[in-house]
Amino acid sequence: MKIAFTTSGETLDAPFESRFGRAPKFLVYDLEKETFSVIDNRQNVNASQGAGIQAATTVARAGVACLVTGHCGPKAYKVLSAARIRIFASSAATVKEALGLFRDEKLVEALSADVEGHWM
Amino acid sequence: MIVAVASGKGGTGKTTVSANLARVFDAEVQLLDCDVEEPNAHLFLKGAGIEEEEICIPVPEVDEVLCDGCGECGAFCRFHAIVSFGAKPLVFPDMCHGCGGCAKVCPRKAIRETGHRIGVVGKIRADRVTLIQGRLDVGAPMAPPLIRAVKARMRKEVPAILDAPPGTSCPVIATIGGADFVLLVTEPTPFGLNDLGIAVDMVRDLRIPFGVAVNRVGAGDDRVHAYCRDQGIPILLEIPEDRAIAESYSRGELIVDSLPRYRPLFEELARGLFDGGSPSGNRAGYRPFKSCQGRFRRRENGCALELHGKTCCGLDNRCGKPPCEDKR
Repeated sequence: MKIAFTTSGETLDAPFESRFGRAPKFLVYDLEKETFSVIDNRQNVNASQGAGIQAATTVARAGVACLVTGHCGPKAYKVLSAARIRIFASSAATVKEALGLFRDEKLVEALSADVEGHWM
Repeated sequence: MIVAVASGKGGTGKTTVSANLARVFDAEVQLLDCDVEEPNAHLFLKGAGIEEEEICIPVPEVDEVLCDGCGECGAFCRFHAIVSFGAKPLVFPDMCHGCGGCAKVCPRKAIRETGHRIGVVGKIRADRVTLIQGRLDVGAPMAPPLIRAVKARMRKEVPAILDAPPGTSCPVIATIGGADFVLLVTEPTPFGLNDLGIAVDMVRDLRIPFGVAVNRVGAGDDRVHAYCRDQGIPILLEIPEDRAIAESYSRGELIVDSLPRYRPLFEELARGLFDGGSPSGNRAGYRPFKSCQGRFRRRENGCALELHGKTCCGLDNRCGKPPCEDKR
Protein backbone atom coordinates (compact mmCIF):
# COMPACT_ATOMS: atom_id res chain seq x y z
CA MET A 1 0.00 0.00 0.00
CA LYS A 2 1.23 3.49 -0.93
CA ILE A 3 0.65 6.58 1.19
CA ALA A 4 1.16 10.18 0.08
CA PHE A 5 2.47 12.80 2.52
CA THR A 6 2.54 16.53 1.87
CA THR A 7 6.00 17.99 2.40
CA SER A 8 8.32 20.79 1.43
CA GLY A 9 11.38 18.56 1.19
CA GLU A 10 12.58 15.33 -0.35
CA THR A 11 13.45 13.10 2.61
CA LEU A 12 11.66 11.50 5.55
CA ASP A 13 13.22 14.14 7.81
CA ALA A 14 11.79 16.95 5.70
CA PRO A 15 9.11 19.20 7.20
CA PHE A 16 5.54 17.99 6.94
CA GLU A 17 3.40 20.46 5.00
CA SER A 18 -0.09 21.28 6.25
CA ARG A 19 -1.42 22.51 2.90
CA PHE A 20 -2.53 19.97 0.34
CA GLY A 21 -3.21 21.69 -2.99
CA ARG A 22 -0.26 24.03 -2.68
CA ALA A 23 2.15 21.66 -0.96
CA PRO A 24 5.53 21.95 -2.71
CA LYS A 25 5.96 18.15 -2.91
CA PHE A 26 4.33 14.82 -2.24
CA LEU A 27 6.35 12.03 -0.68
CA VAL A 28 4.84 8.70 -1.69
CA TYR A 29 5.80 5.93 0.73
CA ASP A 30 5.44 2.26 -0.15
CA LEU A 31 4.64 0.31 3.03
CA GLU A 32 5.47 -3.10 1.52
CA LYS A 33 8.83 -2.18 0.02
CA GLU A 34 9.69 0.43 2.67
CA THR A 35 10.82 2.80 -0.08
CA PHE A 36 9.61 6.20 -1.17
CA SER A 37 9.56 8.53 -4.12
CA VAL A 38 8.91 12.26 -4.36
CA ILE A 39 6.50 14.00 -6.72
CA ASP A 40 6.96 17.66 -7.44
CA ASN A 41 3.85 19.83 -7.10
CA ARG A 42 5.54 23.11 -7.98
CA GLN A 43 3.13 23.87 -10.83
CA ASN A 44 0.34 24.16 -8.27
CA VAL A 45 2.06 26.24 -5.62
CA ASN A 46 1.31 29.47 -7.46
CA ALA A 47 -1.74 28.33 -9.43
CA SER A 48 -4.44 30.98 -9.34
CA GLN A 49 -7.12 28.37 -8.86
CA GLY A 50 -7.72 24.64 -9.20
CA ALA A 51 -4.65 23.66 -7.16
CA GLY A 52 -6.61 21.24 -4.97
CA ILE A 53 -8.19 19.48 -7.93
CA GLN A 54 -4.88 19.17 -9.74
CA ALA A 55 -3.03 17.98 -6.63
CA ALA A 56 -5.72 15.37 -5.98
CA THR A 57 -5.44 14.16 -9.57
CA THR A 58 -1.66 13.93 -9.17
CA VAL A 59 -1.80 11.75 -6.05
CA ALA A 60 -4.59 9.65 -7.58
CA ARG A 61 -2.38 8.95 -10.61
CA ALA A 62 0.42 7.95 -8.26
CA GLY A 63 -1.82 5.07 -7.16
CA VAL A 64 -1.88 5.86 -3.46
CA ALA A 65 -4.51 4.41 -1.13
CA CYS A 66 -4.12 7.04 1.60
CA LEU A 67 -3.16 10.66 1.88
CA VAL A 68 -1.75 12.25 5.01
CA THR A 69 -1.95 16.03 4.99
CA GLY A 70 -2.88 18.99 7.18
CA HIS A 71 -5.98 20.37 5.54
CA CYS A 72 -8.09 19.47 2.57
CA GLY A 73 -10.61 21.69 0.74
CA PRO A 74 -13.94 20.68 -0.78
CA LYS A 75 -12.87 20.25 -4.40
CA ALA A 76 -9.80 18.23 -3.53
CA TYR A 77 -11.91 16.12 -1.19
CA LYS A 78 -14.39 15.42 -3.97
CA VAL A 79 -11.66 14.23 -6.33
CA LEU A 80 -9.88 12.17 -3.66
CA SER A 81 -13.16 10.51 -2.67
CA ALA A 82 -13.93 9.69 -6.29
CA ALA A 83 -10.47 8.12 -6.52
CA ARG A 84 -11.24 6.18 -3.29
CA ILE A 85 -8.28 7.69 -1.48
CA ARG A 86 -8.64 7.84 2.30
CA ILE A 87 -7.53 11.12 3.86
CA PHE A 88 -5.84 11.38 7.25
CA ALA A 89 -5.20 14.65 9.05
CA SER A 90 -1.96 15.30 10.85
CA SER A 91 -0.06 18.21 12.31
CA ALA A 92 3.24 16.36 12.55
CA ALA A 93 6.48 18.29 12.24
CA THR A 94 8.20 15.91 9.83
CA VAL A 95 7.18 13.28 7.30
CA LYS A 96 8.85 10.63 9.46
CA GLU A 97 6.71 11.63 12.44
CA ALA A 98 3.54 11.57 10.31
CA LEU A 99 4.49 8.13 8.96
CA GLY A 100 5.03 6.85 12.51
CA LEU A 101 1.63 8.16 13.61
CA PHE A 102 0.04 6.55 10.56
CA ARG A 103 1.65 3.17 11.31
CA ASP A 104 0.49 3.38 14.93
CA GLU A 105 -3.02 4.17 13.70
CA LYS A 106 -2.99 7.40 15.66
CA LEU A 107 -4.26 9.55 12.79
CA VAL A 108 -7.92 10.42 12.42
CA GLU A 109 -9.51 9.87 9.05
CA ALA A 110 -11.06 13.00 7.52
CA LEU A 111 -14.59 12.29 6.41
CA SER A 112 -15.19 15.69 4.86
CA ALA A 113 -13.30 18.75 3.71
CA ASP A 114 -12.05 20.62 6.76
CA VAL A 115 -11.34 23.99 5.18
CA GLU A 116 -13.33 26.14 2.80
CA GLY A 117 -12.28 26.57 -0.80
CA HIS A 118 -10.68 29.90 -1.58
CA TRP A 119 -13.44 30.64 -4.06
CA MET A 120 -16.45 29.69 -2.03
CA MET B 1 -16.53 55.60 -29.27
CA ILE B 2 -15.75 53.37 -26.33
CA VAL B 3 -13.63 54.73 -23.49
CA ALA B 4 -12.52 52.37 -20.74
CA VAL B 5 -11.63 53.83 -17.35
CA ALA B 6 -9.07 51.56 -15.69
CA SER B 7 -6.31 51.67 -13.11
CA GLY B 8 -3.58 49.50 -11.75
CA LYS B 9 -4.22 50.41 -8.14
CA GLY B 10 -7.69 50.05 -6.71
CA GLY B 11 -9.51 52.90 -5.04
CA THR B 12 -7.99 55.61 -7.20
CA GLY B 13 -11.32 56.90 -8.50
CA LYS B 14 -12.34 54.90 -11.59
CA THR B 15 -16.00 55.03 -10.71
CA THR B 16 -15.77 58.68 -9.67
CA VAL B 17 -14.25 59.56 -13.04
CA SER B 18 -16.57 57.38 -15.14
CA ALA B 19 -19.80 58.34 -13.39
CA ASN B 20 -19.01 62.07 -13.43
CA LEU B 21 -17.91 61.82 -17.05
CA ALA B 22 -21.17 60.12 -17.99
CA ARG B 23 -23.15 62.71 -16.06
CA VAL B 24 -21.88 65.72 -18.00
CA PHE B 25 -22.92 64.33 -21.38
CA ASP B 26 -25.52 66.45 -23.08
CA ALA B 27 -26.60 63.49 -25.19
CA GLU B 28 -27.35 59.86 -24.57
CA VAL B 29 -24.44 57.90 -23.12
CA GLN B 30 -23.88 54.40 -21.78
CA LEU B 31 -21.99 53.63 -18.60
CA LEU B 32 -20.97 50.00 -18.22
CA ASP B 33 -20.04 48.89 -14.74
CA CYS B 34 -17.62 46.09 -15.61
CA ASP B 35 -16.34 45.73 -12.05
CA VAL B 36 -18.75 42.83 -11.71
CA GLU B 37 -17.21 41.57 -8.48
CA GLU B 38 -18.15 44.76 -6.69
CA PRO B 39 -20.18 47.05 -8.91
CA ASN B 40 -20.78 50.48 -7.40
CA ALA B 41 -21.65 52.98 -10.14
CA HIS B 42 -25.35 52.62 -9.26
CA LEU B 43 -24.63 54.23 -5.89
CA PHE B 44 -23.90 57.49 -7.69
CA LEU B 45 -26.33 57.31 -10.60
CA LYS B 46 -29.74 56.81 -9.13
CA GLY B 47 -32.39 55.84 -11.58
CA ALA B 48 -35.07 53.39 -12.45
CA GLY B 49 -34.17 49.78 -13.16
CA ILE B 50 -35.27 48.83 -16.65
CA GLU B 51 -34.48 45.16 -16.85
CA GLU B 52 -32.44 42.39 -15.34
CA GLU B 53 -31.15 39.28 -17.06
CA GLU B 54 -29.69 36.11 -15.68
CA ILE B 55 -26.34 35.20 -17.20
CA CYS B 56 -25.25 31.59 -17.58
CA ILE B 57 -22.15 30.00 -19.00
CA PRO B 58 -22.20 26.60 -20.68
CA VAL B 59 -20.70 23.90 -18.46
CA PRO B 60 -20.23 20.22 -19.31
CA GLU B 61 -22.65 17.50 -18.34
CA VAL B 62 -21.41 13.94 -18.82
CA ASP B 63 -23.58 11.10 -20.08
CA GLU B 64 -22.53 8.20 -17.89
CA VAL B 65 -23.73 5.62 -20.39
CA LEU B 66 -21.74 6.99 -23.30
CA CYS B 67 -18.59 7.89 -21.30
CA ASP B 68 -15.87 5.26 -21.33
CA GLY B 69 -13.55 7.21 -19.01
CA CYS B 70 -10.88 7.86 -21.64
CA GLY B 71 -9.84 11.09 -19.89
CA GLU B 72 -9.51 13.25 -23.02
CA CYS B 73 -11.76 15.91 -21.47
CA GLY B 74 -9.69 16.23 -18.31
CA ALA B 75 -6.45 16.30 -20.28
CA PHE B 76 -7.80 19.14 -22.39
CA CYS B 77 -9.13 21.36 -19.60
CA ARG B 78 -6.42 23.64 -18.26
CA PHE B 79 -8.73 24.97 -15.56
CA HIS B 80 -9.33 21.54 -13.96
CA ALA B 81 -13.07 22.06 -14.35
CA ILE B 82 -13.42 18.48 -15.53
CA VAL B 83 -11.29 15.71 -14.05
CA SER B 84 -11.10 12.13 -15.17
CA PHE B 85 -9.15 9.10 -14.03
CA GLY B 86 -10.70 6.02 -15.45
CA ALA B 87 -14.25 6.55 -14.29
CA LYS B 88 -16.94 9.06 -15.12
CA PRO B 89 -15.34 12.52 -14.99
CA LEU B 90 -16.00 14.91 -12.13
CA VAL B 91 -17.25 18.33 -13.16
CA PHE B 92 -16.53 21.52 -11.19
CA PRO B 93 -18.87 24.14 -12.69
CA ASP B 94 -17.21 26.93 -10.64
CA MET B 95 -13.92 26.36 -12.38
CA CYS B 96 -15.39 26.18 -15.88
CA HIS B 97 -14.71 29.03 -18.31
CA GLY B 98 -17.40 27.74 -20.65
CA CYS B 99 -15.08 27.23 -23.62
CA GLY B 100 -16.77 24.01 -24.74
CA GLY B 101 -13.43 22.31 -25.44
CA CYS B 102 -14.20 19.17 -23.41
CA ALA B 103 -17.35 18.50 -25.44
CA LYS B 104 -15.40 18.98 -28.66
CA VAL B 105 -12.54 16.60 -27.77
CA CYS B 106 -14.80 13.85 -26.36
CA PRO B 107 -14.46 10.96 -28.83
CA ARG B 108 -17.75 9.39 -27.73
CA LYS B 109 -19.79 12.61 -27.76
CA ALA B 110 -20.69 11.92 -24.15
CA ILE B 111 -20.52 15.59 -23.09
CA ARG B 112 -23.26 18.08 -23.65
CA GLU B 113 -23.38 21.62 -22.29
CA THR B 114 -25.83 22.95 -19.81
CA GLY B 115 -26.30 26.46 -18.40
CA HIS B 116 -24.63 27.40 -15.12
CA ARG B 117 -25.68 30.74 -13.66
CA ILE B 118 -22.83 33.10 -12.76
CA GLY B 119 -24.67 36.40 -12.21
CA VAL B 120 -27.00 39.00 -13.63
CA VAL B 121 -26.81 42.01 -15.92
CA GLY B 122 -29.07 44.88 -14.93
CA LYS B 123 -29.96 48.07 -16.75
CA ILE B 124 -30.70 51.32 -14.96
CA ARG B 125 -31.79 54.54 -16.62
CA ALA B 126 -30.72 57.79 -14.95
CA ASP B 127 -31.58 60.76 -17.20
CA ARG B 128 -29.35 60.54 -20.27
CA VAL B 129 -27.22 57.79 -18.78
CA THR B 130 -28.00 54.13 -19.33
CA LEU B 131 -26.12 52.18 -16.72
CA ILE B 132 -25.46 48.56 -17.65
CA GLN B 133 -24.24 46.70 -14.62
CA GLY B 134 -22.91 43.18 -14.16
CA ARG B 135 -23.31 41.53 -10.76
CA LEU B 136 -21.38 38.33 -10.24
CA ASP B 137 -23.04 35.84 -7.92
CA VAL B 138 -21.38 35.38 -4.55
CA GLY B 139 -19.13 32.34 -4.84
CA ALA B 140 -18.89 32.50 -8.63
CA PRO B 141 -15.23 33.13 -9.41
CA MET B 142 -15.60 33.73 -13.13
CA ALA B 143 -15.73 37.45 -13.92
CA PRO B 144 -14.70 37.61 -17.61
CA PRO B 145 -17.77 35.81 -19.07
CA LEU B 146 -20.06 38.17 -17.15
CA ILE B 147 -18.05 41.19 -18.28
CA ARG B 148 -18.43 40.01 -21.87
CA ALA B 149 -22.18 39.67 -21.26
CA VAL B 150 -22.28 43.27 -20.01
CA LYS B 151 -20.39 44.48 -23.06
CA ALA B 152 -22.59 42.47 -25.41
CA ARG B 153 -25.51 44.63 -24.25
CA MET B 154 -23.77 47.85 -25.26
CA ARG B 155 -25.31 49.71 -28.20
CA LYS B 156 -22.64 50.47 -30.77
CA GLU B 157 -24.16 53.76 -31.92
CA VAL B 158 -24.18 55.30 -28.44
CA PRO B 159 -20.94 56.49 -26.77
CA ALA B 160 -19.89 54.17 -23.98
CA ILE B 161 -17.82 54.57 -20.82
CA LEU B 162 -16.53 51.33 -19.34
CA ASP B 163 -15.80 51.34 -15.62
CA ALA B 164 -13.15 48.60 -15.32
CA PRO B 165 -12.13 46.52 -12.31
CA PRO B 166 -8.77 47.45 -10.75
CA GLY B 167 -5.55 45.66 -11.56
CA THR B 168 -4.27 44.20 -14.81
CA SER B 169 -5.61 40.65 -14.74
CA CYS B 170 -8.16 38.81 -16.90
CA PRO B 171 -11.25 40.84 -15.86
CA VAL B 172 -9.46 44.05 -16.83
CA ILE B 173 -8.33 42.65 -20.17
CA ALA B 174 -11.90 41.46 -20.80
CA THR B 175 -13.11 45.00 -20.10
CA ILE B 176 -10.66 47.12 -22.06
CA GLY B 177 -10.36 44.80 -25.08
CA GLY B 178 -12.03 46.53 -28.01
CA ALA B 179 -12.03 49.96 -26.35
CA ASP B 180 -10.97 52.92 -28.49
CA PHE B 181 -9.26 54.65 -25.62
CA VAL B 182 -8.22 53.81 -22.08
CA LEU B 183 -8.13 56.41 -19.32
CA LEU B 184 -5.87 55.23 -16.49
CA VAL B 185 -6.82 56.73 -13.16
CA THR B 186 -4.12 57.03 -10.56
CA GLU B 187 -3.17 58.99 -7.48
CA PRO B 188 0.07 60.87 -6.82
CA THR B 189 1.48 58.33 -4.36
CA PRO B 190 4.22 55.69 -4.62
CA PHE B 191 1.56 52.95 -4.81
CA GLY B 192 -0.35 54.88 -7.44
CA LEU B 193 2.80 55.33 -9.51
CA ASN B 194 3.94 51.72 -9.20
CA ASP B 195 0.59 50.33 -10.30
CA LEU B 196 0.20 52.95 -13.00
CA GLY B 197 3.43 51.67 -14.53
CA ILE B 198 2.03 48.14 -14.64
CA ALA B 199 -1.22 49.36 -16.19
CA VAL B 200 0.69 51.40 -18.79
CA ASP B 201 2.64 48.28 -19.78
CA MET B 202 -0.68 46.48 -20.19
CA VAL B 203 -2.34 49.05 -22.46
CA ARG B 204 0.84 49.41 -24.49
CA ASP B 205 0.88 45.65 -25.02
CA LEU B 206 -2.73 45.83 -26.16
CA ARG B 207 -1.92 48.82 -28.37
CA ILE B 208 -4.83 50.89 -27.17
CA PRO B 209 -4.36 54.68 -27.09
CA PHE B 210 -4.41 55.92 -23.53
CA GLY B 211 -4.07 58.86 -21.20
CA VAL B 212 -3.90 59.38 -17.46
CA ALA B 213 -6.25 60.95 -14.94
CA VAL B 214 -4.64 61.94 -11.66
CA ASN B 215 -6.97 62.02 -8.69
CA ARG B 216 -6.24 63.80 -5.38
CA VAL B 217 -3.60 66.02 -6.89
CA GLY B 218 -1.80 67.78 -4.08
CA ALA B 219 -2.14 64.87 -1.68
CA GLY B 220 1.15 63.19 -2.50
CA ASP B 221 4.15 64.11 -4.59
CA ASP B 222 4.82 64.89 -8.24
CA ARG B 223 6.37 61.60 -9.28
CA VAL B 224 3.32 60.51 -11.27
CA HIS B 225 3.52 63.77 -13.21
CA ALA B 226 7.24 63.30 -13.75
CA TYR B 227 6.67 59.73 -14.94
CA CYS B 228 3.99 60.82 -17.42
CA ARG B 229 6.23 63.60 -18.66
CA ASP B 230 9.15 61.22 -19.19
CA GLN B 231 6.96 58.63 -20.89
CA GLY B 232 5.13 61.16 -23.06
CA ILE B 233 1.79 60.17 -21.59
CA PRO B 234 -0.85 62.92 -21.63
CA ILE B 235 -2.53 63.77 -18.33
CA LEU B 236 -6.12 64.43 -19.34
CA LEU B 237 -7.72 65.12 -16.00
CA GLU B 238 -6.53 66.31 -12.65
CA ILE B 239 -8.89 66.18 -9.73
CA PRO B 240 -7.52 68.18 -6.84
CA GLU B 241 -7.32 66.87 -3.30
CA ASP B 242 -10.35 68.44 -1.69
CA ARG B 243 -12.18 67.31 1.41
CA ALA B 244 -15.45 68.53 -0.12
CA ILE B 245 -15.05 65.90 -2.87
CA ALA B 246 -14.60 63.12 -0.34
CA GLU B 247 -17.62 64.33 1.60
CA SER B 248 -19.78 64.42 -1.52
CA TYR B 249 -18.56 60.93 -2.43
CA SER B 250 -19.44 59.61 1.02
CA ARG B 251 -22.99 60.87 0.51
CA GLY B 252 -23.22 59.05 -2.83
CA GLU B 253 -23.24 62.29 -4.77
CA LEU B 254 -21.46 63.14 -7.98
CA ILE B 255 -18.85 65.89 -7.98
CA VAL B 256 -20.41 67.56 -11.02
CA ASP B 257 -23.75 67.83 -9.22
CA SER B 258 -22.74 68.80 -5.73
CA LEU B 259 -19.57 70.79 -6.50
CA PRO B 260 -20.32 72.69 -9.71
CA ARG B 261 -16.92 74.39 -9.62
CA TYR B 262 -15.39 71.12 -10.75
CA ARG B 263 -17.93 70.43 -13.48
CA PRO B 264 -15.81 72.07 -16.23
CA LEU B 265 -13.06 69.50 -15.58
CA PHE B 266 -15.35 66.68 -16.64
CA GLU B 267 -17.04 68.64 -19.43
CA GLU B 268 -13.66 69.29 -20.92
CA LEU B 269 -12.70 65.63 -20.57
CA ALA B 270 -15.95 64.59 -22.29
CA ARG B 271 -15.30 67.03 -25.12
CA GLY B 272 -11.76 65.79 -25.56
CA LEU B 273 -12.64 62.12 -25.44
CA PHE B 274 -15.95 62.09 -27.23
CA ASP B 275 -15.80 65.22 -29.33
CA GLY B 276 -18.50 66.96 -27.40
CA GLY B 277 -20.33 63.77 -26.63
CA SER B 278 -21.94 63.78 -30.03
CA PRO B 279 -24.54 61.02 -30.21
CA SER B 280 -22.95 59.62 -33.35
CA GLY B 281 -19.80 58.88 -31.43
CA ASN B 282 -16.41 59.67 -32.78
CA ARG B 283 -13.76 57.03 -32.99
CA ALA B 284 -11.17 59.67 -33.64
CA GLY B 285 -12.21 61.56 -30.54
CA TYR B 286 -9.01 60.85 -28.72
CA ARG B 287 -6.79 62.47 -31.30
CA PRO B 288 -6.76 65.86 -29.65
CA PHE B 289 -5.03 64.20 -26.73
CA LYS B 290 -2.49 62.29 -28.72
CA SER B 291 -1.18 65.35 -30.45
CA CYS B 292 -2.29 67.79 -27.83
CA GLN B 293 -3.80 69.83 -30.62
CA GLY B 294 -7.34 69.85 -29.36
CA ARG B 295 -9.40 71.50 -26.75
CA PHE B 296 -7.09 70.65 -23.96
CA ARG B 297 -4.94 73.55 -24.98
CA ARG B 298 -7.38 75.74 -23.19
CA ARG B 299 -6.51 74.21 -19.91
CA GLU B 300 -3.42 76.35 -19.66
CA ASN B 301 -5.65 79.23 -18.75
CA GLY B 302 -7.76 77.60 -16.15
CA CYS B 303 -6.86 74.07 -15.28
CA ALA B 304 -7.62 72.66 -11.89
CA LEU B 305 -4.05 72.85 -10.83
CA GLU B 306 -3.70 76.50 -11.59
CA LEU B 307 -6.83 77.08 -9.61
CA HIS B 308 -5.20 75.36 -6.71
CA GLY B 309 -1.87 76.99 -7.19
CA LYS B 310 -0.18 73.73 -8.03
CA THR B 311 2.15 72.60 -10.75
CA CYS B 312 1.23 71.95 -14.32
CA CYS B 313 -1.24 71.77 -17.13
CA GLY B 314 -0.30 68.11 -17.42
CA LEU B 315 0.28 68.27 -21.12
CA ASP B 316 4.01 67.91 -21.19
CA ASN B 317 4.50 71.00 -23.25
CA ARG B 318 3.36 69.12 -26.32
CA CYS B 319 0.97 71.86 -27.23
CA GLY B 320 3.95 74.02 -28.05
CA LYS B 321 3.20 76.64 -25.47
CA PRO B 322 5.60 77.28 -22.64
CA PRO B 323 4.84 75.23 -19.54
CA CYS B 324 3.22 76.86 -16.57
CA GLU B 325 5.66 78.96 -14.59
CA ASP B 326 5.55 76.99 -11.38
CA LYS B 327 5.77 73.64 -13.11
CA ARG B 328 9.39 72.52 -13.25
